[in-house]
Amino acid sequence: MRYALHRLLQAVPVFFVTTFLIYAMVFALPGDPIVALAGDKPLPDEVLHTLRERYHLNDPLIVQYGIYMLNAFQGDLGETFTGQPVSELLQGRWSVTAQLAVTAWIFELVVGIGLGVIAGLRRGGIADTAVLAGTTFVIAVPVFVVGYTAQITLGLNLSLFPTAGVDEGWPVSYLLPGMVLGSFGLAYVARLTRTSLIENMRADYIRTARAKGLRRRRVIGRHALRNSLIPVITFLGVDFGNLMAGAVVTEGIFNLPGIGQQVFQSIQLQEGPVVVGIVTVLVMIFILVNLLVDLLYGVLDPRIRRG
Amino acid sequence: MTVWTRTRGSAVLLATMLAVNACGGSPAPSAGGQQGAKEFSVGLTEPDHLTPGNTSSSYSITVLQALFDLPVFIDSKGQPQMRAAESVTSDDQKVWTIKLKAGQKFHNGEPVTAESFADAWNAAAYGPNAWTNNYYFENVEGYDKLNPEAPEGSEEAPKPTTDKLSGLKVVDATTLEVTLTAPFSQFPITLAYTGFAPMPKAAFADLKAYDVKPIGNGPFALDGEWARNRQIKIKKFDGYAGPRPAKSASVNFKIYESRDTAYVDLRAGKVDLIQTIPPASTSEAKRLLGDRFVATPSGTMDYLGLPVYDKRFQSPDLRKAISMAIDRQAIVDAVFNGAFKPMGSLVAPLVPGYRENACGEACVFDKAKAKALFDKAGGFSGTMNLYFSNADPSYEQWMTAVANQLKDNLGIADIQFRKIPAADYLSTLRAHKQDGPYRNNWVMDYPSPQNYLQPMWGAGNRMGWESKEFDDLLTQANSAASMEASIPLYQKAEDLALSEMPMIPLWNWQDQSGYSDKISGVQIDAYSTNLDTITVK
Repeated sequence: MRYALHRLLQAVPVFFVTTFLIYAMVFALPGDPIVALAGDKPLPDEVLHTLRERYHLNDPLIVQYGIYMLNAFQGDLGETFTGQPVSELLQGRWSVTAQLAVTAWIFELVVGIGLGVIAGLRRGGIADTAVLAGTTFVIAVPVFVVGYTAQITLGLNLSLFPTAGVDEGWPVSYLLPGMVLGSFGLAYVARLTRTSLIENMRADYIRTARAKGLRRRRVIGRHALRNSLIPVITFLGVDFGNLMAGAVVTEGIFNLPGIGQQVFQSIQLQEGPVVVGIVTVLVMIFILVNLLVDLLYGVLDPRIRRG
Repeated sequence: MTVWTRTRGSAVLLATMLAVNACGGSPAPSAGGQQGAKEFSVGLTEPDHLTPGNTSSSYSITVLQALFDLPVFIDSKGQPQMRAAESVTSDDQKVWTIKLKAGQKFHNGEPVTAESFADAWNAAAYGPNAWTNNYYFENVEGYDKLNPEAPEGSEEAPKPTTDKLSGLKVVDATTLEVTLTAPFSQFPITLAYTGFAPMPKAAFADLKAYDVKPIGNGPFALDGEWARNRQIKIKKFDGYAGPRPAKSASVNFKIYESRDTAYVDLRAGKVDLIQTIPPASTSEAKRLLGDRFVATPSGTMDYLGLPVYDKRFQSPDLRKAISMAIDRQAIVDAVFNGAFKPMGSLVAPLVPGYRENACGEACVFDKAKAKALFDKAGGFSGTMNLYFSNADPSYEQWMTAVANQLKDNLGIADIQFRKIPAADYLSTLRAHKQDGPYRNNWVMDYPSPQNYLQPMWGAGNRMGWESKEFDDLLTQANSAASMEASIPLYQKAEDLALSEMPMIPLWNWQDQSGYSDKISGVQIDAYSTNLDTITVK
């Protein structure tokens, strides 16, 4: 418990530094966002002035950031340049990205570990070679190629999945994008599981367990796999954050109205409040998930718990 | 309108740039059955606003054209025709009388009166509201009172003393009198722009709510609220008394982030109409859709602007030589799949008064003549910088082609690219920081040569080109007795701008639409999607 509290306190400075950095980066983008919004048409002084005032664009960086944080703690995350409250915007979008990330995550976890175990137990066999070749391929091909190919073949030509959108809800609409998004992490999970399992199968305690006459299933499940999963769980924790961020491309291809799309648009429009709002929540999720992972170590390996 | 559209387009940059249209596949035979009867869906990019005075995004306009009846509409030949108005007349082109058709209603039952228009226009012109279409009311008398300029040395503009344009006079329930600051023969055509839509009294109680649930006077009414980033549903308005009742029960605008995804959904039968088939998929779409593929000429043009204030670009002969050294057709074929049309005129083909190759030989690719003219003008010294923004990868592609042609055909050895961040590009041009040819794009607001010539070649233009004769011709044309009478004067002005060539016309854009076999009666033209004409099979 003290450990958990300690970790949470550590998160506070991380939170402020990251949000300030993000705010400063958006602030530093070249060009005047209001003028850019107007396009080719001239804006009268009065209009320019009103808009700059509304979004505090005349103030120096530190003041803008201060105003933003102050409002944020009172639950007001500001509004976008089109006048939509950021909190409302995020509400609608978070659930989409969360559902996508969870789908991808489950896919990585189940299929990744499954493939890793099969490959690790039959080292050098056909299954192992296939998994190695397949994962190398997936890591090498960029995610948008996987995305479009999957959309055209599995979605359009074979009609196995919906091509795009969230009309059919979870899980149907999220299966294909989840698999595409998770494919990259899946390759890592499978390889990590495989390597770690092979190493552990050679360890003394496995030989002891075998010598005790335990059944193979129990040796692998209770002893080898449990220890082999520690690096995998670490990866899965870190990767959950990556999934949230990696959603930018996948959400674009599959037209899922999540935060990935929003971040992309908002960076282009230089909408500081939106970018910071999203990144803040991302940072918090990242910190929380990694805290959970740390606590999970103890469950998997009692030695860590006692230490 | 111009850059907004482009900026929005660039939001799909990733997908467009990386599109892999590998597999051909077969076209989906029919649209999905999950939609209700007599409803069809339209692929759309997220609009910015739905208050007519506060948006110039083409995506918003697609929706607003279904929700609102403007005083005037543009027919497929580019001529203004009456819609909400009975007539728009003037004796001196300065004081205009708009007579409205009687008996029209808003979706909430309020009658549409002259006051509905006056209220909406005043709100748009009122500076502190900061609405996008503010600028369109610039030539109405009293505009400067609503938009006071900041005094010398101060950023802050004083608050306006009034919120009503003195040039708008409500004569009676169906008569509105508009007084302009100067004669303007093109005024009726501008009334087809959605920025001139009427608003009911109910709107002003809560403008924020109105922006997501606009109440209009058109054949369709909003059904529920605008579900941001997902969909906008509209349904047939039963109390509609105007000239174009809806032929379908409802329309669902499905919002897409990427053009490529929308196109895939059209092929999968999940959306019935899209207006943005990606150029990379042109030939495939033609093959799959057959006559359900529609190419519509648009008013959008690309130009190559030249910094006339830089002394290396001061000779008109040199500027013409650059124009003649560019093989427009080759670039259009290579970069745009042949979808765009090479141009030898400053206005788009659909604009009344357009003349094919008004430019003459100065816009015809001829390597030998170009080089001879180039040498006669004294050649070019130093580095030639080419300016464009990073909003879309195609800009760099065609600029590279232009650079290669100038190198090969004129022998300009040192050409560099200046790729400017999109948000900075226009302020760079306005401040005259460019010292070389630059990309200039224009999206038409209304089909009049004036809409091209005045903003781009008129006083204070980006090229730094000055011609009193040109400005005088525009003033004459603007105050001509009728639209027909104004055309020859605009053409004279165009000839003058072409003979001096401060900006080189390149090509005219085309919009590519496609629709499913579930709908018929699709009549998309350059001015409107005409959703009211579409029937569901």
